[in-house]
Amino acid sequence: MKNEFQVIAELIEKNKKVLDVGCGDGTLMEFLKNNKNINIRGLEISKNKVQECIAKGLTVIEGNAERDLKQFPDKSFDYVVLSQTLQAFLDPELVLKELLRVGKQAIVTIPNFGYWKIRLHLLLKGTMPITKTLPDEWYNTPNIHMCSIKDFYNFVKSRDIKIFKSLAINNKNASIISDSNLTIKNLFADLGIFLIEK
Amino acid sequence: MNTENNIKTLIVKKPLKLDCGKTINEFPIAYETYGSLNENKDNAILVFHALTGDQFVTGVNPITKKDGWWSYAVGPDKAIDTKKYFVICANVIGGCMGSFGPSYKDSQTGKAFGTNFPIITINDMVNAQYNLLDHFGIDKLFSIAGGSMGGMQVLQFISNFPDKAKTVIPIACTSSHSAQNIAFNELGRQAIAADSNWKEGNYSSNDTIPNKGLAVARMAAHITYLSKKGLQEKFGRKLQEREDIKFGFDADFQIESYLRYQGSVFVDRFDANSYLYITRAMDYFDLAKQFKGNLSDAFKATKAKFFIISFTSDWLYPTQENKDIVIALNSIGADVGFVEIESDKGHDSFLLDVPDFLNALKNFLDKSYIES
Repeated sequence: MKNEFQVIAELIEKNKKVLDVGCGDGTLMEFLKNNKNINIRGLEISKNKVQECIAKGLTVIEGNAERDLKQFPDKSFDYVVLSQTLQAFLDPELVLKELLRVGKQAIVTIPNFGYWKIRLHLLLKGTMPITKTLPDEWYNTPNIHMCSIKDFYNFVKSRDIKIFKSLAINNKNASIISDSNLTIKNLFADLGIFLIEK
Repeated sequence: MNTENNIKTLIVKKPLKLDCGKTINEFPIAYETYGSLNENKDNAILVFHALTGDQFVTGVNPITKKDGWWSYAVGPDKAIDTKKYFVICANVIGGCMGSFGPSYKDSQTGKAFGTNFPIITINDMVNAQYNLLDHFGIDKLFSIAGGSMGGMQVLQFISNFPDKAKTVIPIACTSSHSAQNIAFNELGRQAIAADSNWKEGNYSSNDTIPNKGLAVARMAAHITYLSKKGLQEKFGRKLQEREDIKFGFDADFQIESYLRYQGSVFVDRFDANSYLYITRAMDYFDLAKQFKGNLSDAFKATKAKFFIISFTSDWLYPTQENKDIVIALNSIGADVGFVEIESDKGHDSFLLDVPDFLNALKNFLDKSYIES
């Protein structure tokens, strides 16, 4: 399981109810179910991925976060997880609002566009950056609202969303992001993980 | 239990009060079973059939000599694996395969009930079938499953008996019959009523029966079970055993010939009055209405795990109507999974060889069984 999921799993307390939005093939769901006794549900847009989840015995609803989160009542989950997909939505602000309505807390991870390799790629090559976390070409990327850790951090604060924990991931290392080290973390982390609440 | 003509029958002694107000007594429920009930009696799956189905789910139907209606899904090593599970299916009341229905002989008159048979509902059907649990000594079913009207019975069953099933699988169905659904059913009923042999339902098997009306009803309904794309690909404008159109009203096109054939074989196995009664039961189905308009309340009392399946090309019970059930369940935090299967075979997809559907069904059941 990838490092990102390990970090997310550590943020989640045992025996809670969790919704994994964009749960993919259910890797994180399966881990949470088996290791933390989590009552876990998934929402996934791809039919094939939904089938993979069913084959693992996971409860998944085929659907689209922008349209289908509204069916869940307020605060009906302890945590709602959104891994590396916020930037792919037409209206990320709306999705973020919905995550914070449905979940008592939300865990949102974002690929960091402020990462030094991305900056260097654009500076030196002059073409859209392609990295491990952002593997697609400009013409086929699902990511239409890219942001940096700094962008997201400032955005969340400006919307009066409470940040419980924010982590910068660089290779295998996770470190705390704060007001004072934001500029540095924004340069050296390729992924940001935020535990937030409204 | 009777086993006359290969039909197993349970005579229900307990009176059943119907939604229409009448009470029925000592009535037969015809059923069939597949696989075997284990010692703990926790491997039973109650399957509900659709409008024109019957209790003969799989294998060769002993009456029609054709394959059972859900042969693709049910059997040894299939999605509903009869090596593992004990499958029970009953002919609905109102039906014509041995259960109490309009072709059943009224003991007082010695003649078939015909349209003197009481109007029945989906609720009445499941209440009648519930007696099978007592009959087999099953406290809790492992699963209940069904497509189309079978799915409606699944929803009604878990609403009526919230702790009697661990898993619940409504397929290609709705919680409330739409105006379009009612319209198509009315078309079928009017086709039967327009047949002079129908005689307000007072025909008997010795008379000429309303074959033509029933065949037209079946033809119209059959179109609603298929998709436009499926029909186009299978038939297009292909001609039936001729080089060119004949400038007449014979079946020039293959699709015409196909529909006529579907109509003609249907009348051999189905009773026109049953068709009226069962379509009426479907039209009256509105689960939300039973709970003052709040569908979620129908499921509030159950802890069962739901798995809802729809098909992309099903325009009779489209994905959105299946999703409405998912939404009602999510709004009360129920355990519900949902998948829409890609298929161009229309509403009939659930009866056919659609591997994505059959795999999903099998995986859901087998994984749930291990966990239960």
